[in-house]
This record gives sequence, C-alpha cells and structure tokens, in this order.
Amino acid sequence: MPNQLTPQHFFRRRRIQLTVILLILIGIYWLSMALVNFQTMTALTQVPAGLIWLFKNFIPTERSLSYLSAISFQLWRTLLIAIASTICAGLFSLFFAILGAKPTAPAPYWHLVIRLGASLVRIIPVVAWSMILLFSFKQSDFTGFLALFFMTLGYLTRAFTETIEDLDPDKLSALRAVGATYTQCVFCGVLPEVATTLTSWLLYMIENNLRDATLVGILTGTGIGFLFNYYFKSFRYDAAGLIVLLIAILVITLELTSTKIRKAIA
Amino acid sequence: MKSEIPSQARVPTKLSLTTRPRRVLRLVLAGLTVVTIYTLVTLNTSGLKVNDAISSLGSNLTLMFLHPSVGQDTWPLLLRALATSVSLGLLTTILGAVFAFFIAMGAARNLAPNWLATGIKAVMAFIRAIPTILWVLIYSVVMGLGASAAVVGLTFHSIAYLVKAYSESIEATPTETIEALKASGVRFLPIVFQAILPSIIPALLSWTFIRFEINFANAVAVGAAAGANDIGYYLFMASGFYFNFHEVGLIVYLLLGVAIILEVISMKLRGHYLKQN
Repeated sequence: MPNQLTPQHFFRRRRIQLTVILLILIGIYWLSMALVNFQTMTALTQVPAGLIWLFKNFIPTERSLSYLSAISFQLWRTLLIAIASTICAGLFSLFFAILGAKPTAPAPYWHLVIRLGASLVRIIPVVAWSMILLFSFKQSDFTGFLALFFMTLGYLTRAFTETIEDLDPDKLSALRAVGATYTQCVFCGVLPEVATTLTSWLLYMIENNLRDATLVGILTGTGIGFLFNYYFKSFRYDAAGLIVLLIAILVITLELTSTKIRKAIA
Repeated sequence: MKSEIPSQARVPTKLSLTTRPRRVLRLVLAGLTVVTIYTLVTLNTSGLKVNDAISSLGSNLTLMFLHPSVGQDTWPLLLRALATSVSLGLLTTILGAVFAFFIAMGAARNLAPNWLATGIKAVMAFIRAIPTILWVLIYSVVMGLGASAAVVGLTFHSIAYLVKAYSESIEATPTETIEALKASGVRFLPIVFQAILPSIIPALLSWTFIRFEINFANAVAVGAAAGANDIGYYLFMASGFYFNFHEVGLIVYLLLGVAIILEVISMKLRGHYLKQN
C-alpha cells in the first residue's frame, strides 16, 4: 500500500471494500437459498419448537434402560472398530508417507504418485465407500471397519507426509554426511522425531472415526449407527435419545483423555 | 535434581535416553496395538470369502473409474444436484459463521466473564460430540424430510465447531491490548470490531474455509440419509438401489472436480492474506 494514503482515504477505501465483500456474501447466500429451496425465517422459527420436541421425546425413560445392554455392547464394538481402523490405516499411512514425503522419497516420482493416490482415496465420499464396500463385503462389522479404514488412510497419508516434510532437512543431511544408510536415516532420524506428532494425529483420527462410525453404521447397517437407525425408525425415541447421550459422553471422554495424553507426550 | 542423589553415590545410578514422555508414548502405542489386535481377532465377518469380495471390489472400482456414465439420471439433473450440494455447504457455513462469531464473543475468556465462557464452551462441546448426521435426522422429524432439516442440522454442528475455533482465536489476542482500550474508555463493540477482529481475520478465514470443506462433505453424506435432493441422494440411489457403478464413478469425478476447485481457492485465499499481513 502506498505510504501517502491519508486516514480519510484509508477508512473510506476500507468501508467500500467491506461493503463489497458483504454484498457478495449476501448475494451468495440468496443464490444458495434459491437453489436449495430453503426459507431462512420459517426454518429459524422452527428451531426452538424442534429443541422442545427433542427434550420431550428424547429423554431416556425407565423403559429405555432395558435396551442399555444392547446399546453399550454396540457402542463398545464401535469404539474398538474406530481404534482398530485408525491404527491399521496409520501403519499403512506411515509406510506411504515415508515413500511419498520429499525428504525420504526413494525417487522423486514417488512423491507425486502417493500424493495423487491419497487425494483420490480422500475425495471418494463416505457414502460411496460405504456403498461400494457394502456391495462386495456384505453387511458385517468388517465392512464398517474397511469404510473407516479407507477414509482414514487418505487423510492420515496426507497428514503424515506433511509432518515429515516439516522436519528440519539439515538433520537428515547431517545423518547422511556421517554415512548413515537410508534405513538408518528413516528409523533413527525421522521416526523418533515425528513420533509425537503422528501419535497426536492418531488420537485425533480415533475421535473423528468414532463420530463418523455413526454415519457409516447407518449406511452399512453395522454398529451403533444401525442400532440408532433401527430405534429411530421404529419411533422408540427414548432409546435413540439414550444412544445420542451415550455417544456424546463417550466422545467427550475420549477428547479429554487424548488431551491428557497429548500433554503427557509433548 | 541434584539433591535427590545421595552424596556418597558418585556414579550416576542410571543414564537413560527414554524420558517420561517417551515412556508414555510407548505405553499408549502399545495399548492401542493390543486393542487393535483384539478387535481384528474378534471381528465379526459373517463367513465372508475375502478373495471373492476383493475381486468383486476390484471389478466395481474398474467400472467406477474407467467407465463413468450418467446412468438413469441426466447431466442437467446431476449438475443441478451438485450445485445444490455446494449451496448447502455455503449456506450452512455462512449461517454458522455469523451465529458462531457472536456466540464466540461470549465464549472468549478475555472478553466475557468466566462463568459465561465456561457455560457456553460446555454446551458447544456437547453439541459437537453428537455427530452431524444425528442432528439432521432429529430435525428431519420435526421439520419433515428435505433441505430445511439438512440446513438446520448442518448449521448446528458448524456453530459448535466454529465457536471453539473462533473463541480460541479471540483468546490469542493479548490481554494488554484489551485492558488498554478498556482503560481509555472504548466500549465493547468498538473493541471487538476495531481491535480484535482485524488482527484475527486470517485465522477466522482459514477456519471458516476448513469448515466449508467439511460442510460440503457432510452435505453429500447427509443428502443420502435425509433426502435433501442433492448429489449425495443420487449417489445413495445409484449405489444402494440401482447398483449402477458407472454413475457412482461419474459422481465421484464430479466431486473430485469440486474438491480441486476448492483447493485452488483456499490456496489463493491464504496467499492473498499472507501477502497483506
């Protein structure tokens, strides 16, 4: 920006800029509203009524406690699958990330191949993964596991690659200069450095997968998502409410635990 | 440290490279590995023949990616549905950002009293903990299946997510700045809009854009479950009802196109703001 700008000019220019940005945003909003066929005011006035309905019908009652054992079993299985899919995907991602990250790639073209592959896997939406896998692997916990596995694989490969690329390149060249082999560079130089960050990513993905497991469950008919959908569609809202409450508690507990772990390993 | 070593013990008792954080790290990873092995061993596969399943998956993926076609729908229909999905993402992000900004002012510890900030943060953590899809399903009962339920459900989760991100950005503003302005008699709103907002706009922008990408992905997912007539719905129908993997492939390519455009825009936006500041 030129220095000879007077305050009056500066503020007028800023006001005009802000107005233009605001007008563009409002334009986008109106266009989207027309395309989606959504009435803001009507919908917003329905929100309080919705919340009241929610509190009336979704509060778990005495009756819903009889479902507790079935619900907690599925919740436990879902948690296990969320963890297992993250760890398995993490192992593969680590392998791909070492091959694909610029400092550790055996040959430059690996970088491009891995990056493209990871983007492609990440782009395929959950719905598509669930449906394709459901068609081939039928309705079982394994299908849910695989759907979460592929989603996590795409995401973690990118995250791990970027973590390795953020590493100080001088350390690696120092290791090479003293005659370390490629394997020594990777296992004694790179991995110990990035272990903390990678574990942090793993913990984050476990939380994320637990949340996504609900959607995958609804689509593939497995785990806690299936159970929710089943109670919800048969109008047993109190049982469905119990599931929502337990998921929320589990997610929050997981979040608090991983925050503690992150602090301990930092 | 030195006081712990008895004076007669001249030789250091144990020199170890593994510090406490390292030990915790190993313990956590070992624990997670054990859980994973247990899960994989006890996984219910309902008598699945893995070889058949993998070859079927392979042929489906070939159909998808090498022979995409519109299937029983038409190009205009699919493109309109894609536009609906993008609009859903935009709409919920703008609505969420506006609400979240005002709520975040109450949730930032350097602006609001402690009890209010803690209260808002707890409520938002609860909303965030419930998956988006459940919010959409719950609202689809109250408002009927369709776009309105999807918008409200997605917005709910966006608000909770953005309040956390925004309030943390606001809290990054030095307390001295706010104290100084308060001491010189500047009122609350000017402090927010003239002092805090200009300094955190890059952070807000990048969080909002991340949320837009999430909302777009969620809109596709939600369309399948709540029938919002967007691309997710056609994806769900093509893969779950007609088993037309050609169409699934085409829709994935369309989504890939949108994702590439979003990536380019986000890079441009970040570059623009990095240059200005």
